Amino acid sequence: MRKVYNKIESVSGNVITVRAADIHYEELAEITTRRCTSLAQVIKLEDDLVSLQVFAGSRGVSTNDEIRFLGHPMNVSFSEDMLGRIFNGSGVPRDGGPEISESVIEIAGPSVNPAKRIIPSRMIRTNIPMIDVFNSLVASQKLPIFSVSGEPYNELLARIALQAEVDMIILGGIGLKFDQFMYFKNALEEGGALNRSIFFMHLASEPIVEGLMVPDLALAVAEKFAISGKEVLVLLTDMTNFSDALKEIAITMEQVPSNRGYPGDLYSQLASRYEKAVDFEGSGAITILGVTTMPGDDVTHPVPDNTGYITEGQFYLRNGRIEPFGSLSRLKQLVNNKTRDDHRAIMDGMIQLYAQYLETLEKRSMGFRMSSWDDKLIKYGELFESQMMSLQVNIPLEEALDRGWSILAECFKPEETGFRTELVKQFWPKKEEAEGVAHGEN
Amino acid sequence: MSQVSGKISGINGNLITVVVNDTITQNEVAYAVKGDEHLKSEVIRIQGNKAFLQVFESTKGLKVGDTVEFTGELLSVQLGPGLLQQIYDGLQNPLPQLAEKHGFFLPRGQILEALDHDKKWDFTPKVKVGDKVSGGYYLGSVPETQFTHYVMVPFDVQGEWTVEEIADKGEYTVVEKIASIKDERGNVRDLQMQFDWPVKIPIQAYKQKLMPTDPLITKVRIIDTFFPVAKGGTYCVPGPFGAGKTVIQQITSRYADVDIVIIAACGERAGEIVETMREFPELTDPRTGRSLMERTIIIANTSSMPVAAREASVYTATTLGEYYRQMGLGVLLLADSTSRWAQAMRELSGRLEEIPGEEAFPAYLESRIAEFYERSGLIETHDGKVGSLTIGGTVSPAGGNFEEPVTQATLKVVGAFHGLSRDRANARRFPSIHPLDSWSRYHSAVSENLVEEARKFLFRGSEVHQMMMVVGEDGTSLEDFEVYLKSEFVDAVYLQQNGFDPIDAATSPERQNHISEIMNKILHTDFTFDDKEQARSFFYDLRQKFIDWNYMEYESDDFKKQEKVITDLIEG
Ligand SMILES: Nc1ncnc2c1ncn2[C@@H]1O[C@H](COP(=O)(O)OP(=O)(O)OP(=O)(O)O)[C@@H](O)[C@H]1O
Ligand SMILES: [Mg+2]
Repeated sequence: MRKVYNKIESVSGNVITVRAADIHYEELAEITTRRCTSLAQVIKLEDDLVSLQVFAGSRGVSTNDEIRFLGHPMNVSFSEDMLGRIFNGSGVPRDGGPEISESVIEIAGPSVNPAKRIIPSRMIRTNIPMIDVFNSLVASQKLPIFSVSGEPYNELLARIALQAEVDMIILGGIGLKFDQFMYFKNALEEGGALNRSIFFMHLASEPIVEGLMVPDLALAVAEKFAISGKEVLVLLTDMTNFSDALKEIAITMEQVPSNRGYPGDLYSQLASRYEKAVDFEGSGAITILGVTTMPGDDVTHPVPDNTGYITEGQFYLRNGRIEPFGSLSRLKQLVNNKTRDDHRAIMDGMIQLYAQYLETLEKRSMGFRMSSWDDKLIKYGELFESQMMSLQVNIPLEEALDRGWSILAECFKPEETGFRTELVKQFWPKKEEAEGVAHGEN
Repeated sequence: MSQVSGKISGINGNLITVVVNDTITQNEVAYAVKGDEHLKSEVIRIQGNKAFLQVFESTKGLKVGDTVEFTGELLSVQLGPGLLQQIYDGLQNPLPQLAEKHGFFLPRGQILEALDHDKKWDFTPKVKVGDKVSGGYYLGSVPETQFTHYVMVPFDVQGEWTVEEIADKGEYTVVEKIASIKDERGNVRDLQMQFDWPVKIPIQAYKQKLMPTDPLITKVRIIDTFFPVAKGGTYCVPGPFGAGKTVIQQITSRYADVDIVIIAACGERAGEIVETMREFPELTDPRTGRSLMERTIIIANTSSMPVAAREASVYTATTLGEYYRQMGLGVLLLADSTSRWAQAMRELSGRLEEIPGEEAFPAYLESRIAEFYERSGLIETHDGKVGSLTIGGTVSPAGGNFEEPVTQATLKVVGAFHGLSRDRANARRFPSIHPLDSWSRYHSAVSENLVEEARKFLFRGSEVHQMMMVVGEDGTSLEDFEVYLKSEFVDAVYLQQNGFDPIDAATSPERQNHISEIMNKILHTDFTFDDKEQARSFFYDLRQKFIDWNYMEYESDDFKKQEKVITDLIEG
């Protein structure tokens, strides 16, 4: 039995200090206050002075509250029984179900040896043309959705989760609003995916530090399942809340902030989570989709900025659509040469024409004269937005490529599009087929 | 030497405080002992009986009172034959061998030999008994891939020593004795092929440093022609995320005209270096016809690997580069990204509670960056050979804004600046090096007057373009419009280059000169167009023909035919 301490030396922010000996760096303690029992983690040792970060927050902590050190760092169970279950930010069930305590594993374990990594090669289909056609998602990719608050990013996340061909989904919620949590739960339930999902949920109403562990819990469990052969999709929403929690702790610890209050190690902190995305040779893989809300729609804000430097591209969600510009899947070229011969050509060609459409719009707004070419572009741009970009569209890749050709044929002559002759011969629709598209269904 | 040890008295992230009542040295290596794990650390500050150490691994689970063993040795790398083709972490642990022993994950506190101690090398002596030698002198040589690897007197050997014994031609491992030398006072030192060198101290065992003048050919047109790099020089590649820093370095690592390439993946994505690791053994070096890996060393300390080792990785890579330079070879060090290295310094500085400078970077940031780039250079060896170490570093500025400390400190010391532009990357104009903002102090691979002329059109074209944004195409004169089209032409056919096409990706200097001349002819022809539509379609046609030309093998029949098509078009 470990010794119990009940003389708290200082309370500042969500960090308390206590004098104790024989304490491990990063080990856990349990603190019992009049309000609740909370976990706390050792974040600094100085002689016998131990600083602990209290997950439930320091509100209501009295100087004589009991602290019991557990002698081990943060752990989580790993078992098939976790499927369909919901846990909180400390890994405790929040669905009223039984505790799971078998095969305990360490969280935030060592990173994968680069020499053991392989070049990703499997596309994850989502039936969203803006992803499948233009920025294909690849197993083991790490990719955030950049978005201002108010955009339907959680809806997009849930939809990808339901449609992606993966074995299981681990959802890590950080600072999630209750209704969004319920939305996820219901969406996965209705989609029949709940029994292959695990939730680690930290809600907006809970102390912000308790959200800090969520990515590590989710990823540690994901890692074990992936090693045992599962294709795992990890959803993390919202990583800006996670970063804000890091900021709060850093400020409490009187660290010098580097940029708008965020600590200098924000990059390393985010990278150590996102880099857990991996394809284990001969077994499963972890793919990470995160949400990064951008305060003030500013990509240069430290959180999206650092994230962009870490992840393998990003989906830029704006006005309810995935923007073709600014969005990027850096791994797409590893998979889109193996789908269909026209995939890359449609991907580049349609975007170039869409860029010209945007230029035309700009010219029009400045009052310049519209040529007949401009008129064609406007027709094209509108069709592209309604038939391809809209998130309502839900069709497999091949159908999306066919639709691409139909839209092109509806607006242009083949030679105006700059496509290679062989592709035009093979894919350009015959006259009648092109008709339907303007009135086509989603 | 007696073992010095101390006890941990504080832990804060990867910084530990150790009480030690014995002699210790700044920057010496120590190990925090936890069971059978030995966590490598470096002394970074000494205060009274307290030493502050940065630990190169996770400190999770350490306790106050745990033992720390000091080695008395500065943080060093092992030098000797067998470094080429290796894949190391930032502290020179061979990653494939670690994987063999420990599987998927990087174990903590495990250290492997950097060089294979069992492999035999075919040694040929170069000195005789009685010869006078000093640090950096060649004792003999062994073949290593396509190179003659000179076995040297360790660089710390100072003054004049006499060769007492030298091994016969034959097969030896790197740890077998191959020579013994004696100084004036009779001190004798046995030498083996392998020896250590502290990474933070530049290797200066050469005759003299020379001025870098010869261009280092990257075969990237915009670089060699407009913003050249010199052998032994320095350059930096700053740019916002996704602008193309890593891709341009990957392209350079394949096609650059150098003997040896050292790739330091410093705090960036593991996936990127994996591509190089997996692809290089399969690719052939066009210069030698051998595998590209045979001329490559990879130092991979990626973003989720321990941050203190990331700080060291840049020095590890530089030291290996300096070592091969000592053999008269041309070495190119590519570091991606120096910002992550600077951030590692910042993290540590924060834990040491040093007074922060701008954006919390330490006050010595500038001098550290300058010291790093200063380790580049062209040298003459004791043997009269000329070796070079060229350093190219990417910079990842916060928010993509170049007015930040790391970019600014770097710009002060490098010889060329390849600034990547977000707009050019978005417009898929690759390589996205900004043609107006970038600069170089080195000599172009192409005649300077051709370069100047092309540059003039780029400037004027950009002015016309800006004006056109306001007054529209209708309000622009045909003459100005032609200038604009010419600048866009240069951009499309010369500045932009397809890095994934084997021919277009690598343009030889001869070819760059040749096509520059044709391009100049085009720029100086006054075409008489009836209207803008005609001008535009003429240049679009010319552009298409020129781009097709770029994809043809230099001086092939097709190439010559296409040249005729183009010149006919110009002459109308
Ligand atoms: N020369 C090029 N040719 C074609 N595509 C390129 C080129 N350079 C970059 N790209 C495209 O841009 C993407 C991002 O490039 P890269 O990874 O080099 O960016 P970066 O500047 O290193 O970004 P970060 O700072 O986030 O590491 C690539 O995945 C590729 O799609
Ligand atoms: Mg990069």
